[in-house]
Amino acid sequence: MLSIRNLSAAIDGKTILNGLSLELPAGEVHAIMGPNGAGKSTLSYVLTGRDGYEVTAGSVTLNGEDLLALSPSERAARGVFLSFQYPIEIPGVPALTFLRTALNAQRRARGEAEMGAPEFLKTIRARAGELKIDFEMLRRALNVGFSGGEKKRMEILQMAMLAPKLAILDETDSGLDIDALRIVAEGVNAMRAPDRSMLVITHYQRLLDYIRPDRVHVLAGGRIVASGGPELAHDLEREGYDKYAPKLETAPA
Amino acid sequence: MSLARAIETGNLAELPSRRDEDWRWTDLRGLIRELPAASSDDAGEIGAGPFDAIAGAVTRIVNGRLRPGAVADRGVLALRIISRGDGAHAGRHAVSVASGEALVLLESHEGRGAHISEFDLSIAVANSGRLERIVLVDEPADAVLVSRADVTLAPGAQFAQTVITSGARRQRIETRVAHPGGGGAARLDGVYLLADQRHADITTVVTHEGVDGTTDQLTKGVVRDQGRGVFQGRIVVRPGADKTDARMGHHALVLSDRAEVDAKPELEIFADDVACAHGNTVGALDEDALFYAEQRGIPEDQARAMLTEAFVGEVVDRIEHEGAREIVRAWVAERLR
Repeated sequence: MLSIRNLSAAIDGKTILNGLSLELPAGEVHAIMGPNGAGKSTLSYVLTGRDGYEVTAGSVTLNGEDLLALSPSERAARGVFLSFQYPIEIPGVPALTFLRTALNAQRRARGEAEMGAPEFLKTIRARAGELKIDFEMLRRALNVGFSGGEKKRMEILQMAMLAPKLAILDETDSGLDIDALRIVAEGVNAMRAPDRSMLVITHYQRLLDYIRPDRVHVLAGGRIVASGGPELAHDLEREGYDKYAPKLETAPA
Repeated sequence: MSLARAIETGNLAELPSRRDEDWRWTDLRGLIRELPAASSDDAGEIGAGPFDAIAGAVTRIVNGRLRPGAVADRGVLALRIISRGDGAHAGRHAVSVASGEALVLLESHEGRGAHISEFDLSIAVANSGRLERIVLVDEPADAVLVSRADVTLAPGAQFAQTVITSGARRQRIETRVAHPGGGGAARLDGVYLLADQRHADITTVVTHEGVDGTTDQLTKGVVRDQGRGVFQGRIVVRPGADKTDARMGHHALVLSDRAEVDAKPELEIFADDVACAHGNTVGALDEDALFYAEQRGIPEDQARAMLTEAFVGEVVDRIEHEGAREIVRAWVAERLR
């Protein structure tokens, strides 16, 4: 489903991803773990097409289609969703307006009928309830004045409404207390489906106690250096990332 | 010295120039080398104004002259300042709000032709009177307009104003408020949306003369192409005007390399126990917000329009009269598309 082959990417000429390959089959949840600076967030931005991230080699396809040739909104319409590590505040645009605009823009791009206001409101009311989001909050400007936990729940609500084919969760656990983490994880787990893949990017293993991945990959030095089952996350928690640190060339004495 | 004096006397030396500190970004003497003939009395057919549908009465001032037929309805009054042709004219008018009265003044500047004109409005709001003034300025690209309002508030009076303009060849919208405090409040907001080579200058001077008055100002601008926006906001707190609470914000989006915004917020405080604050930002559209919206599936052009409209919407939302607010919102949206 998602196929990343030999991907290299640079910011301002500095190589961050360096020959990264990853296959994420439909219906599976894969975790990407790695030390700070390994390129985890860069990977999420390259997959979603953010300006300033230059792909220097490799390919990314989603269901066989070249993702890298598409604009960010076209990728979104194909089903790519990113839950941001730091969700952005959108002053002046109520969450309801923003989300309905996004949903219908995606539908138009796919040649589908737009969702009318009654159906939209009914659907979002139900989803918001499941995530314990006060409906009145959705009338406020998106993320403006929301707490860290509220912003993360809003990300999951958007994901639930947009029903992506590929969900990338970038450090979704950061800034969450244990109760909020449980709500968010339940929201994510409820969205597991045979035609949906998820890439869970995290520094810590904690989140993976709640969102059980099918596979765990270690990202270090801009590439995948190890892959394994869920137990790999526990090894990392115990042993740290040191053994994956790039080997330093020692100059001869 | 003013444009009106120059028009009335025919003396170009009466024009404010960039050597005058208050006019340095809105030079008229350098621009107007010759005054056109006086505007004609006959302006031809005049259609409906932008606020007619929600006004209880309509006053029309055409090429500087008051048209008969206005009813002194004290509720929602449309004041149409209509300019036709390529001449010069100056007009003036007065509006007063009595004690305990509430008035919504819906002022529209509706120009057609390369006119050069000034309109002076004198406003008085009595004790416990309330006035909300909306000034919608829709002028052609080759017109020159100076609009001056002198606002005198009694203690305890409430005054709220929103200026919305798309600029002109050169344009100055100036408001001076004498604010005696006494629990009174003034709100002075503005929106300028400038494209092509249009210019707009929003200038305000609020003078707090007594204890316990508040001023709240928010002006936002969007400038593209080679547009030029000017914001000059001065708040003076006179000796003895203690417990004044004044806030001023000016924020502009500059959407092209050749667009320009000049801003000069000034606080002059000569009293004690005063809370004054001002904020001023000039920048591009937030790229993080833009990417966030695009990532959710909103195409770039649509995302830009949505974020720009939201930026200005914060000012529009502060308009209290609902009908006027929605007319202004639609006018703004049309100009940002």
